[in-house]
Amino acid sequence: MSGLKQIGARVAQLVFVLWAVATILFLMFRLMPGNPLAAYIDPTFTEEQQQILMAKFGLDKPLWEQYFIYLGNLLQGELGESFFYREPVGERVLALLPNTLILTFTSLLVAYAFGIIVGAFLAWKRGKLVEQAAIPIVLTTRAMPEFWLGMVLLAIFSFSLGWFPAGGTRPPGASYDGFLDLYTSADFLAHIFLPALTLAIYSQGLPLLLMRSNMLDVMREDFVTMARIKGLSSWTVVVRHAARNALLPVMTSFAIAVGYQIQGNVVVETVFSWPGLGRELVNAVSASDYPLAQGAFLMIAVVVVVMNLIADLLYGLLDPRISHA
Amino acid sequence: MPADTTATAAPAKREPGLVTRLFRSLHLPLGDPFAIAGLVIYGLFILVAIFADQLATHDPTEILFTPSYDLASDRRPGEDGFLLGTTSLGRDIYSQLIYGSRSALLIGLTAAVVVALIGTVVGLLAGYFGGLIDTLLMRAADVAFGIPFLPFVIVLSAFLEPSIWNVVLAMALVLWRDTGRVIRSQVLTLKTRAYVEAARIAGSSDLKIVFRHIAPNILPLSFLYGSIAIGWAILTEASISFLGFGDPETISWGYMLQDAYASQALSTRAFYWFVPPGVCIILIVVAGFFVSRGYEEILFPKLKE
Repeated sequence: MSGLKQIGARVAQLVFVLWAVATILFLMFRLMPGNPLAAYIDPTFTEEQQQILMAKFGLDKPLWEQYFIYLGNLLQGELGESFFYREPVGERVLALLPNTLILTFTSLLVAYAFGIIVGAFLAWKRGKLVEQAAIPIVLTTRAMPEFWLGMVLLAIFSFSLGWFPAGGTRPPGASYDGFLDLYTSADFLAHIFLPALTLAIYSQGLPLLLMRSNMLDVMREDFVTMARIKGLSSWTVVVRHAARNALLPVMTSFAIAVGYQIQGNVVVETVFSWPGLGRELVNAVSASDYPLAQGAFLMIAVVVVVMNLIADLLYGLLDPRISHA
Repeated sequence: MPADTTATAAPAKREPGLVTRLFRSLHLPLGDPFAIAGLVIYGLFILVAIFADQLATHDPTEILFTPSYDLASDRRPGEDGFLLGTTSLGRDIYSQLIYGSRSALLIGLTAAVVVALIGTVVGLLAGYFGGLIDTLLMRAADVAFGIPFLPFVIVLSAFLEPSIWNVVLAMALVLWRDTGRVIRSQVLTLKTRAYVEAARIAGSSDLKIVFRHIAPNILPLSFLYGSIAIGWAILTEASISFLGFGDPETISWGYMLQDAYASQALSTRAFYWFVPPGVCIILIVVAGFFVSRGYEEILFPKLKE
């Protein structure tokens, strides 16, 4: 199969998965007990608002017709009106997406830098005491509930030592000119430090363990033996020859990690009152704000599915031996 | 239980007894020190759960008072005889911790069995029969991979009564995907083996080949994913309870953490309240990782080098 055809097939799969997830969501929200209109209409909406929403989502029509209207609306980014905020869900969800992505990418970049270096180091120290002590510690960081780690860090660094603020993205009342200004301000960095650290401690295990096992594989290959025979220093062999080649699969795992992290963000955003998609989903479900809950869930699902696609494509691109059969 | 004692008392010579055979069929990874450590941790938590009534000093849900009828709230560890202190509502933290092991094991073990069972059956059917069955099951797995798990559990709990079983249900609906895919690919290689061919020529039915001849060979793989699922279930239950969607009637470690967080335990630095439940969760999840590593070494001996 040619490369383009593979990509086409993979994109078709992505569309199929998104359609299936949207359908499952439709069924869940329509088959729930209680008023079938509750998915879009809050009893406190004015009569006029209710009429508009009835028409927009075809709520007086049979279920199958509603389903097609729902899909059509989705394609146009029409997700209904939030009960709580009284504004379009689509806009609100899109506005929150950057906060979630910033937190996710910051923590993953730190986690990957750390994991790659330490993973390579541990492969180099194979069988030594450092390696044998480090592996159980790494596994333990993978076993921590992320929100619990966040709680412990908050209690120590925020409430006991007072080094960092306890939540949010900026001090109350602060305003900034535009995106760059905000994201480079000291206040913002102080606010993102603890949540990003929490997520980074949790996620460094994946790149670390991957890097280590890839290094061990690569070190067995002929070109590494060759480099050794040539008399190159052990440092040169490890860094210049082995690490470079072991790095590729670790990099492709980054996209998958983004997809996983964005699901795990839900709890960490809640602990640190970080105004992102995950916290919005939790608040929406607690407040029975169904349109907002649907919208936040779909947005998270889109990120997960797209990241899975990117990982698959990168995998084939970086290692031509893998074919998308 | 008498069958058990006779079976272990007279080993070697006669046919092994039922319990011994069952024990063997678990393929316990006893060659790896980490895996043994994991099994010991499981064993300890199982004992704590069984003897919770004896180990606990108070009723975990009872609001406690001092002899002079004051509410025994926010006691520090050791104060007034409370081993780990009390919560802001005057409940005994140590006893909650002990009883928390019950719900954790209940959720963890059920979820492990459910996930491993569904994943194994899906993998066996898809891998062995191929064709339409394979296509349908693997497309379903694609969809399951597209569903963000924790958000899914949260949305699910919007419609269901709060219960610890919601987590198990969500895992059954979504998390069979990893097990299913891996077992399918294992079955694809196994079904070309000579003994499968031999069974077919001998006239075994397809179902018999799948469940009698192929299934036993992939059991360690099912156990590997099962032991990881125990941890996932406990972590997920903790997250869901922490977010406030758990069952308020059930004492779990996640419930304790939520209670502590909501009662400002962070700002009062009540580490004795929220550190122990977290440590218990870590221990039991890490035990699952250790055991799964042991199974990996049984399955892929190359890793041992």
